[in-house]
Amino acid sequence: MQTRPVNQKAWFLVLPVVVLVAFSAIIPLMTVVNYSVQDTFGNNQFFWVGLEWFDDIIHSERFHDAFLRQILFSALILAIQVPLGIVVALCMPKSRFWTAVVLVLMALPLLIPWNVVGTIWQIFGRVDIGLLGKTLFSLGIDYNYTQDPIDAWVTVVVMDVWHWTSLVALLCYAGLQSIPDAYYQAARIDGASRWAVFRHIQLPKMKRVLLIAVLLRFMDSFMIYTEPFVVTGGGPGNSTTFLSIDLVKMAIGQFDLGKAAAMSIIYFLTILLLSWVFYTVMTSSDASDRKPRG
Amino acid sequence: MSPLAWMAWTWPTALFFIAIALILVSFTLLQQVRPTVPRVGILGIETTRGDRVFISLLGSAFINLGWLAVLGPPLWGALVLCLVYAACVFRWV
Repeated sequence: MQTRPVNQKAWFLVLPVVVLVAFSAIIPLMTVVNYSVQDTFGNNQFFWVGLEWFDDIIHSERFHDAFLRQILFSALILAIQVPLGIVVALCMPKSRFWTAVVLVLMALPLLIPWNVVGTIWQIFGRVDIGLLGKTLFSLGIDYNYTQDPIDAWVTVVVMDVWHWTSLVALLCYAGLQSIPDAYYQAARIDGASRWAVFRHIQLPKMKRVLLIAVLLRFMDSFMIYTEPFVVTGGGPGNSTTFLSIDLVKMAIGQFDLGKAAAMSIIYFLTILLLSWVFYTVMTSSDASDRKPRG
Repeated sequence: MSPLAWMAWTWPTALFFIAIALILVSFTLLQQVRPTVPRVGILGIETTRGDRVFISLLGSAFINLGWLAVLGPPLWGALVLCLVYAACVFRWV
């Protein structure tokens, strides 16, 4: 299908941002690419190794395990936070006063620094002094996130849900507020059910904010480092060692800069691919909705 | 010592980035001479010429990684495959 040419001269207006991004992201990324094909023992001396680090990483079981854990974590986060955020936004109170109170309360977790969130949950979950850990223990539930991998996973996932669901809810609420009242009036006249209103009015109107929410939550959960590192340190064993934790261990713990650079590039390409897929799928369905039918 | 020594430049990586920069500059100039016409290809999504460059470059990165995982170095065969892939993207996507 052919349509008219698009004038893209407006892209020149983003040149200042391109320069800023070049200094903050592109030049460091180029350096990482340079490191990924060399080995170094410090003192700014480098030795060419070619594709050896990439070959090592691609065939490394440690990388495969961390990668699968990361995919599973992001999938869980999206599967929980997006529907929960929508439900919370739909259940927001109607009165202005209570809406303001709930919005402030929901924004609180978003204001807490990541390492503080980790520390809060690390203490909260402890069996000896933590409110959650001690309560579960006294109820006869054998919960110990420092020894049981499933408990560690549940703690990390619940912590992330607590920290970030309100972001999804706030975005969805903003989307819901932008729906003109005429849509609801029309739905009432047609005798539409609550589900029909949600499916055919609210959900389509929230699509754009949901796209932002899904992209933000995916990218952030795929890069998660601080909270699980503070709570579990990647353990027990390697059960909560996600890609970023593994990457830092390799780069700083082992000073394996070349290998860590190769891993960073694969990590970056994966995020780029998945974000592009999310963006394309969500915006293309939006574009097809806008097209006239017939 | 060169002021860019901290970036640990090598000739192969420099050539790689020069190639990427040349692709971006040429397509920007081409855009000025012949503005892109968006179209819907076999993926069912609307793409401009720039989108097709992005899809080609990103796909090529994964073709190289896949080649390395299955067949190992050298990657000359992967490079040929990437060129064929890019041609297919520009023709049908």
